Order: sequence, then structure tokens, then C-alpha cells
Amino acid sequence: MKEIELVIVGGGPAGMSAAVAAYESGISDLLIIERDARLGGILQQCIHNGFGLHRFGEELTGPEYAWKYEKLVREKQIPFLPNTMVLDITPDKVVTATNATDGVFQIKAKAIILAMGCRERSRGALNIAGTRPAGIYTAGTAQKYVNLKGYMPGKEVVILGSGDIGLIMARRMTLEGAKVHAVCELMPYSGGLARNIEQCLHDFDIPLRLSHTVVEIHGKERLTGVTIAKVDKNRRPIPETREYIPCDTLLLSVGLIPENELSKTASVTLDRVTGGAVVDQDRQTSVEGIFACGNVLHVHDLVDYVSEEAEIAGKNAAAYIRGEAIERTEINLRTDGKIRYTVPQRITQKKDVTVYFRVADVYRNVTVKILDGERVVYQKKKPRVAPGEMESITLNADQLADAKELLFALEVK
Amino acid sequence: MIKELTCIVCPKGCALRVELENQQVLSVTGNACPRGKQYAIDECTHPTRTLTTTARTADGGVVSVKTDRAIPKELMFDCMAQINRTVVSLPVRVGDVILENILGTGANVIATMNL
Amino acid sequence: MYDIAIVGAGVIGGMIARTLARYRLKICILEKKHDVAMGASSANSAIVHAGFDAAPGSLKAKLNVRGSEMMEEVCRELGVKYRNNGSLVIGFDEADRQTVEELYRRGNENGVKNLKVLDAEDLHRLEPNVSKNAVCALHAPTGSIVCPYELTIAAIGNAMDNGADLLLDFEVCDIRDTGKHFEITSPDKTVLAKYVINAAGLYSDAIARMVGDDSFTVHPRRGEYILLDKECGTLLNHTVFRTPSKMGKGILVSPTVDGNLLTGPTSTDMDDKENKATTAEGLALVMKQASENADGVLFGKSITSFCGLRAVGSTGDFIINLPRARFVNVAGIESPGLSSAPAIAEYVVELLAKAGLKPEENPSYTPTRPAMHAFREASIEEKNAIIQKDPTYGHIICRCETVTEGEILTAIRTNPRPRDLDGVKRRTRAQMGRCQGGFCSPYIVELLAKENNIPYEAVTKFGGASLINFERTKEER
Repeated sequence: MKEIELVIVGGGPAGMSAAVAAYESGISDLLIIERDARLGGILQQCIHNGFGLHRFGEELTGPEYAWKYEKLVREKQIPFLPNTMVLDITPDKVVTATNATDGVFQIKAKAIILAMGCRERSRGALNIAGTRPAGIYTAGTAQKYVNLKGYMPGKEVVILGSGDIGLIMARRMTLEGAKVHAVCELMPYSGGLARNIEQCLHDFDIPLRLSHTVVEIHGKERLTGVTIAKVDKNRRPIPETREYIPCDTLLLSVGLIPENELSKTASVTLDRVTGGAVVDQDRQTSVEGIFACGNVLHVHDLVDYVSEEAEIAGKNAAAYIRGEAIERTEINLRTDGKIRYTVPQRITQKKDVTVYFRVADVYRNVTVKILDGERVVYQKKKPRVAPGEMESITLNADQLADAKELLFALEVK
Repeated sequence: MIKELTCIVCPKGCALRVELENQQVLSVTGNACPRGKQYAIDECTHPTRTLTTTARTADGGVVSVKTDRAIPKELMFDCMAQINRTVVSLPVRVGDVILENILGTGANVIATMNL
Repeated sequence: MYDIAIVGAGVIGGMIARTLARYRLKICILEKKHDVAMGASSANSAIVHAGFDAAPGSLKAKLNVRGSEMMEEVCRELGVKYRNNGSLVIGFDEADRQTVEELYRRGNENGVKNLKVLDAEDLHRLEPNVSKNAVCALHAPTGSIVCPYELTIAAIGNAMDNGADLLLDFEVCDIRDTGKHFEITSPDKTVLAKYVINAAGLYSDAIARMVGDDSFTVHPRRGEYILLDKECGTLLNHTVFRTPSKMGKGILVSPTVDGNLLTGPTSTDMDDKENKATTAEGLALVMKQASENADGVLFGKSITSFCGLRAVGSTGDFIINLPRARFVNVAGIESPGLSSAPAIAEYVVELLAKAGLKPEENPSYTPTRPAMHAFREASIEEKNAIIQKDPTYGHIICRCETVTEGEILTAIRTNPRPRDLDGVKRRTRAQMGRCQGGFCSPYIVELLAKENNIPYEAVTKFGGASLINFERTKEER
């Protein structure tokens, strides 16, 4: 069996950034395995701008952002296998993959970085009643048809879910000549960035229907319309508010799910809330030598943060391969429910650690508190926090002190 | 007159309050950076947007393109029409100019993808 | 001139065609839809019933028990997945216990083998995730599961490989008996055949009326289902039914041969034979009752919901007869129709023989068909041997179900050839996983367009107006 020090599963922004970081940390025996024909992952179809402000100080489109990293991968001659699908990963780090040239093959790795990204929730997961006609797509699938294939999957459009992809596709379909009748959002607030509501909906007078959902699908062959309804505070549709909207297309932007099927084959422990692996500050999973980063770990709002996280995984995978001994501690990070999750979920080393977290609802005038029992490790007031916006706090070794467990809590006035 | 805007300069999306009189901006508040102030002024006087879309390629596919600077917002659909009539020859590299000075806006349409 | 025209390309028409293909007969299958297995054969409980349910002495009872005995061999020959997982009918109270006892007696009378009534302890030992509230069960070890559309596709493919013709988009609108043969017409074609077999499912009453037989009617009975992710497929080993009512066998929870967990169906009498819409109430009922049958049915892991229409005949039994010379009705084939299908086909051949059809055996008849799932189940060495010959087998298109380009291309080139996305889905499982085609459908559209030599935007989900894309972007409008 072929042996390679570091195998990176996925050649999107996370995989490329992790590979570059590992290479720069001295690992030259590495391989990126990418299922698509080219590097870049989902960025290739995200042709809108808004990427890279943090990383590069300029506004880039998705393909441009991907190209910045692909150039680095090519310059450093980091090997990558396109059109190659990883089928299985064992806990002792044997990777089984397949492609048309090499057939099914196995590689024994010293370390593995999981960077498979995420997938969209589909109609089936929502169990919307009605018929099953053509014309219902996840926003990402429609994005692929329009932006990469050059075809129009519809003309009269309703969008369910106001996540960023939904908002971006509302504008995109409009620019290409479609009419977007409404964006329905189950929650009383949008899951997308405020700037996208402004420039994707308001610019084109597309109504955002908060606290609304699609309750029925109509049409035998192609979609002919949807019935929407307002929902009550328990998110149950109110029958009197049913409203029929004729349309030929329904786009779904109803959530992203980290694609952890391979993590499961490798026996990696998953976090019920994030849907991704439980990791430490180095992004190492419960299986020694297997790291995770990017949207396979938890869904990010900005690719800039994906790259940043992937660098952490890349550097530390390199350190792991070099067998660097480190002083170990064990601090579990817990949340109070108003804060839904943290990444990492555990800290095993006393050094500066940036902890990312997401809240469960929109809260105003809150205090974010980190508690070690009675001891307040950190606190900061915030005018507003929302589920759509990932927050971060950097803790230093002194703040960690001798904590065994840190509670991340939100004090709401 | 007070106008409320959401800044689109960066993902932060600051809520801006613009004080206006006779279409003159008197003050901007709520912005976290100077670019936010400039955005508010532009938005109230001559709003602009960067246009990102695709253009047909010679092989019948599409390539992603953008305007290399923001264009007047009201020209977005006219620019789309112009871009839609264009066929890009292959190969094409990131940054290649597809259309120069589109509709006299001073912006070039450039490729954002290698094909 | 055909010897036999079969109206309807469902599991019944398909099994009859395949059974008749062993003789020197010129056979055609006429189907109004864009593909085979588009009616009840595409959406049902996928169960091979043991045969304890039907009234003793009925055709249903006789053909169910016989069909169930034949099914494993038929599936082996056709390369169709089949699993003898056994079934359980669980009861929650004293009234249910009496029903279970009654089913046990009825099953024995029908000739079902190895039936047993279990108490709560034995039941939970056998199937630990069955509801703790269940107090008894009928255990039928011969109960099995099969994929109904896979069986239909394979049967029709096998009949075609042995010379039968399949005419799709052929909606029969008139049948005329010349005394020697029938003229069967669609809006744009006419087919001549000496014998007609009416296996038109929900529309078999309309087809019968075309030759003057109005002795029965068929009405649709809706059944709604929810299918769960493969992650949930090992919750149960057996198919778990509740005690039946007069509307059907109640909501079941069952593993599928492909490893998913299936829940449903509801049971609602309908008027509209084309209304396959699910309802919020129906899906809620499926969730409620399925959760009562077994512990740990995770509806958060559902990947799709769908609706099937049972073809319920007005007589209460299968309607298999010759209302006039050379015309055979095979109608009212509701549950246990799938289980009975091989036996129904055998029975129809006997009827035809009695009616004077005495065909010779076809010496070149091949009863077998290569399994479409063979690649998936091969060892790494076997896979690599195949990939070396055909590299497309190394390229994964559907990541959720790990289906390769080679498997999809082979399916597109194999009888009966799929022409749309759903057709590829039913043959290969590509798009059938947790992302429901989100990632792979744009590629499959490309393969379908190329193989069928049609424009990309002409590819449909299931024929007709079910277009995936309307036009290219950037076109002058």
C-alpha cells in the first residue's frame, strides 16, 4: 500500500488552505484528493463578490478567491488528484479512493485532514406536502445550472429560506431575466447577512416574507405554484393565512449540513449540534492524527474564516506528523443553550486559543460570559447577536488557568 | 430628512443613519469604518454596484465575469444586456478584459475564472 | 402483427411479458408514460407478503402464497435485490391479540409456512426496537422485501432482451376487435395484436370498457410514505405492521433492500386517478403511527416523502378473467399485487392456454439478466478489473449512493432504456441518497443529453413538461 504523510480530503478553500499551511510547516509528502474536475470546491459556482476582505483586503468573487489558493498549491507543486472520490477512511488512517485512471486504490496516511465541505438540506428533509414535479431545486443546484452550466432552471421563482445562498440566487436569477416573487423565511429574522438583504432583495424590490413557509407544492409535471402561509410563534402554519403564488420554480435555501459520512467510517466523534467533528484547538478530532476544518467541521458564514481555520488544521497536522511533544491539559467547553455551540469543543493545550461560537436566536443587549465555575474568565457586552453571524473570542493561557471546564453563556437583560 | 441604510461594503452590514437635506448629506452615523461613510454618501447621491455575472464562451459554455469597479446601480440591467451579447474566446484567464469601459462607466468587465 | 399486446408497463404487465417471452411469441408492451414502472409499481410498500392477510379461497390468497414462494428465484434470475427479513404484525391490546390470532388461523388456512404467535418477551427478543407497548405479534418468517420498480424494470428488460417490444408514450385510446385480431390505437399510432392483456392498473376499467366489459371499476386509494436515511436502515430487521383494518394493513415500518427505512402508507379513498400529492395530515399520521410501532424512528433523517395510488377493484378480489375471446383482464391488483406478480403471470399464461394459445418454447430464451447493482457489491480487485476495461467505472457521479459514471452509462444503454432523470434514479440509485440529486443531477442531465442525442435543456425529470431547465442563459428574449 502506498504511504503518504498527509492526505487532505477535499480541494475546496479549506483543503487548499490546509495543504498550503502544512507545506509551509515542512510537510512535502502530501496529497489533496478532490472529487470534482478542478480545485476550488463550491467557490467555483459562487461567482458573486464579497469574499476575501479579511484575508486579502479586497473584494473577490468565489472563483477568484479559489484561484488565489490554487496558485499557491501549483507554485508549491502540492500534488492533487482531481475527479477522485474518497470512499472510506479507517480509524488507522487508510484512505480508499477511486478515479478513472487509478481505479480503486488505498493510501496509508500518517495524518488526514477532513475538508469535505457541506451539502444543502433538500425538500425531502422538510416533508413539504403536495406533488413532486420538476422545478424544485436547492439554491446551490440552481446556482450550478446557471453559473457553471449556463442554463436557466426557471423563470417565475419563489425562494424558501433566506440564507445567503437563497438571497444571492434571488439576485442572480433576476439578473438573468427571471422574476422572483418572494423569499419566504420560517423565522422572524433572516439567516443571511444584512448586506445581502440590501443588495440582493431591496435592490430588486423582492419581498422578504418573514415568519412564512411553503406548505404545499402544486403541479403534476413542472411546478405550477406553491401555497405559502404565515407561521405562529411555534413555527406552525396558520391555515387562514394560506396564500397561493403561481410559479414554475422553488429554490430551497434551508440549511447546510456538514458532510461527515467519511468521518463516521473513521469513527470520529461528531457534535450533535454542529453536525461536524468534536475537535480541540488544533482542529484534531477524537481520532488521533485526523483533523477537520471548513464547512465539514461547522458551517461558516465567510470563506475567510474557513481559510483561517484550515491553516490551524494544516499547521497542527504537520506538527503531529513531526511528532512534536506537547504539554497536555483537558478543558471541555460547554454552552448554555443560548450559545448553541463552540468550535473547538475542547482545549488540550495552554496557548492562545480563538473560540468560535454561534447563538440560538437573535438577542439584543447581551453580555457574553465565559465562566470557570464561579470565576469570570471573560465578559463582553454586545448590542446584538444573531444565529447567522459567527462570533469569536480569543483566550490566552492565563485566562485558561487551571480550568477543567469553561461555560460559554449569554446573559440577556 | 433621515435615511436608514444597511452598509454593503463588508459582511458586517452596519446599520447607517444618514442625515439629508436637499439631497446633500449632512452627517452619517452607525458606520464602523470610513468606507461605510463613503458608501452612505454614494448611496444617497449616486448609488453604485459591482456587477457579477457570466458571459457565453466560444464553446457554448459560460465563464464568470465582473465589473472591475462599481457601476451606477441603474445601469445594471443595461450592462447585463451588453454582456449577454458577448462571446468570450477560449482560453480565458482570471483578470482578462472581456469588455472595456462598459457603457462608458469607466469599468471594464473582466473574467474571474480560468477556462 | 403482434401475438400479444400488454397494456401497462407496471410490475404485472412486466412479469406477464417476461413469462410469455419464454415462448415463440411476438409481444409488445404499451405504456402511456415516458418510462416503465410509473404507476403503483413505483410507490408502494416494497413488501413480499407472506400471505396470511387475504380471505381463504380468494385469488388474492392463492396467488399471494404462490407468488411469495416464487419471488426469490425470480429475483435471482433477474438480478434484483431480495431479502427474506420476515415480518411481524404487532398488537397493542386484547382486541389486537384477537386479530393476530385470527391472522394466524387465516394464514395457516392459506398455506403460509412457519407462522407463529409471539408474546411480548419473544417479540422484543426477536426485534428489540419494536415499541415497548406491543404485547403480542404474528411472526411470518417467509415475509420478504424487494424493490418494486427494480423488479419491474428488470422483468421488462428481460422480456425485451428476449425479443419483446416496449412502446412508451403510447396511450391506448381505443381497442377494436376485428374478429381475428385487435386494433389498438393511441393518438398517433395503431398496433395490431391477436391477444390483448389488460394490465393497465388504475385505468384497467377504462381499457376493459373499450372492448365492452363494464363489469368492474377501479378506484385509487392513496398511500403516503416517508423514506429515511440509510443511517436509520438498521433500526429494524423485520417489516413491522400494525394489525390491519378494512382500509389496508396499517402503517408499517420496514427496512428496504437498499438499506433505508420506509414508513407508511396512509390509506385514503380518492376520486382523481392522477392526484399523487401528499398531504400534511397524511405525513403527520405516518410519523405518529410509525413512532408508535417502533422506538427510535428519526423523522429528522427523512430524505423524501411520496404518495402511491393503489388500484382498488370493485370486486374485493383480483379481477383476472377473459370477458371476451383473446382479451384478458388483470385488474384490481392492489396489495398483495407485488407479492403475487410472478404467480399472476403464471396464472395468466394458464388462462391463455385454456383459451387456445398453445405457443412453442423459444429455444433461445434467457431467463437471466445481469444485476445492475453488481459493481457496487464487487470486491476492490473485481472493481479494478472492470475499471481497467472501462475507466468510467472509476468515476463517481452520485456521491451519496456512490454510483459511478460507468453504472449510469450502462443503465442508459440497457433495456428498458431510461430517458429522464427519474429513470436513471430508479435504475442506478443515483440522486436517491441524502442530497436527493443536489450535487449529481447536473452531471446526469449531461449524460442523458449526450447518450440520447438531445439538447441539455430538453432533459426532463420524468417526461412530458417536467423540464429541468428551460433554456440557455444569455439567449435573446
